[in-house]
Amino acid sequence: MNADATVKVAAVNKKKKKPASLDRKKARAGWWFVLPFVAIFIAVYLPMIYDSIRFSFHEIEILQAGGYELIYVGWDNYSEALFVDAKYVTTLVEGLKQLILDIPAIVIFSLFMAIVLNDKMPGRTIFRAIFFIPVILSTGIIDSIDQSGNSMMDYMGSSDGISTGAEESQTTANDIISAVDIQKLFANMKIGQGLVDYVVGLVNDIYNIVNRSGVQMLIFLAGLQSINPAIYESCKIDGASSWETFWKITFPMISPMILVNTIYTVIDSFTSASNTVMAYIDQVYQNAANGQVLSSAMSWMYFLIVMLLIVVVAAVLSLYTFYQRRD
Amino acid sequence: MDSPKVLKDNKRKIRVEFERTSLKERMKAKYLSFGFAFQVVWKLFRYLLLIGISYIILYPFIAKIFGSFMSTEDLVDATVRLIPKYPTLDTYKYIIRENSYFEAFFNTFVLSVLCAFVQTLICSVIGYGLAKFKFRGNKLVFMAVILTMIVPHDTIKLSMYMNFKFFDVFGIYGFISNLFNLEASSLDLVNTYWPLVILSLGGIAFKNGLYIFMMRQFFKGVPDELEEAAYIDGENTFGTFVKIILPISIPMMITIFLFAFSWQWTDNFYTELFFTRSGAILMPSIVHVPQTLSEVANSFTAGDLYQSCIRNTCGLMVILPLILFYSYMQRYLIQGIERSGIVG
Repeated sequence: MNADATVKVAAVNKKKKKPASLDRKKARAGWWFVLPFVAIFIAVYLPMIYDSIRFSFHEIEILQAGGYELIYVGWDNYSEALFVDAKYVTTLVEGLKQLILDIPAIVIFSLFMAIVLNDKMPGRTIFRAIFFIPVILSTGIIDSIDQSGNSMMDYMGSSDGISTGAEESQTTANDIISAVDIQKLFANMKIGQGLVDYVVGLVNDIYNIVNRSGVQMLIFLAGLQSINPAIYESCKIDGASSWETFWKITFPMISPMILVNTIYTVIDSFTSASNTVMAYIDQVYQNAANGQVLSSAMSWMYFLIVMLLIVVVAAVLSLYTFYQRRD
Repeated sequence: MDSPKVLKDNKRKIRVEFERTSLKERMKAKYLSFGFAFQVVWKLFRYLLLIGISYIILYPFIAKIFGSFMSTEDLVDATVRLIPKYPTLDTYKYIIRENSYFEAFFNTFVLSVLCAFVQTLICSVIGYGLAKFKFRGNKLVFMAVILTMIVPHDTIKLSMYMNFKFFDVFGIYGFISNLFNLEASSLDLVNTYWPLVILSLGGIAFKNGLYIFMMRQFFKGVPDELEEAAYIDGENTFGTFVKIILPISIPMMITIFLFAFSWQWTDNFYTELFFTRSGAILMPSIVHVPQTLSEVANSFTAGDLYQSCIRNTCGLMVILPLILFYSYMQRYLIQGIERSGIVG
């Protein structure tokens, strides 16, 4: 009897073990799939990161014969960036402030546009095609042409304004709505001056925001598509208005996307060349004496600060993020 | 109210007569309600918004197109704002002739197709590995992918250049060349396609982290049963990937290809870093004012404006093939999104 039981237990154990080892075998096959990344990451990318950090502690001299020489200077580059360089700290603070102000604008705008573009209506395909044009076209070369003082666009109205016919008036051509209008609108609402300025700034910066929210819109659209229509149907049967449906269904279901998009927006806007801090660092790279290593010190500091920002944002947002349990 | 009267027409058909609310009442209930008014206002607002933003997106391109046909007479004429009075093709002619446009076009085309193809394939492979296999270190590899996305490429600009200028993985090449008494202790890969190809092969080129992330999310949505069925039929993991997974992920891969191709095409960071003036002519290097036209611009009051027009025309010519490519491919892009179901 007893012996019989042990045999049974052993048999069960054996049975349990076998699929586990097969799973592990299969899991190990995963390494082959990520191998190209891991190999080149270790062989090429990590040395680059290591070198870049190393450079930031050195002075560099390119030798005529080929190769380069490094002279160890310790934290000099960092202290030069922070205390000697006149503009770095102010640019950094300004850039970060701009970044923090832009994130909610871009995320909210792209969410709103994704919801609008997700509605069934005539002409949806055309609008979608137009909205993703900036993702494909307004990058790299075009971006750098637009950034480097585009006097043609200033002449013909502007790249971000709708005032083609209004060049006679005294207001600057770039303003879609004059600040006075919005101030009048908000005057009785007892909203602080800061918020008014923020809204005016956003409205005038709409071109920039549209340009930078393409990928986010794509991700939101994909997220909206993945919500089960049956949920909406049952909501409708229960008599929920579309306003309630949005806040009770769409918003929680899309909240993981909001997290992803917020982080993506931070990454995208701080790594893009149009970013003021990055532009300044690039300028240092090209112009300043010893600028190549100084700029890497600067950008590592900037990187650390933005990493901190990402961690904080992710921590705060994930408190409010709702994950649908999937079995 | 009487109960509805049922009249028999014939065997198959019946007619029911009942008292209906009058048409007027019905219309009133339908069209004079708050909900309907709200719907109408919302629809109008939506179209207004969409058309407005479409205008904001399209206007720069339209302005650039008109600007590219402007001659010097148009720029001094105060009545000309957008539509040129004396259109000319000179700008295009000189850019093609003096900035060696076609050479740049061909080189960039080869490079972009190569990179986009490699990146699409590699990113799907890596994304699949990260999504479907729970090997030890999966999280770590994913963190590394995110890291490559987060570190701005400006930060590692210098070391990237140095590493490819003196390319030598862990001193292996130096060791081999020492053995054979070769002169160079490292490979000079600058001015070749190799740096970009190597980066693409590893899935660490421009924005590849995003592609890997998108592919991973996509593959997470693919049901496991599909692969299990293939395993039962005696297929190994790689065969399953090639025969089952790749065919169903084609819409997503087209999306990635579209991104990779167009971002490589308009990229000026890597191409300017890895291709010096003496190397192959690529798209970024055609964006300058042609010699003949710059002489014209210098002897001209609105010279700045003219040069800006020419630079914008260069930009327009850079993206011209992309516009055609995009207008053909955009439906696949939308399809890719609709089927992707990227879930957090």
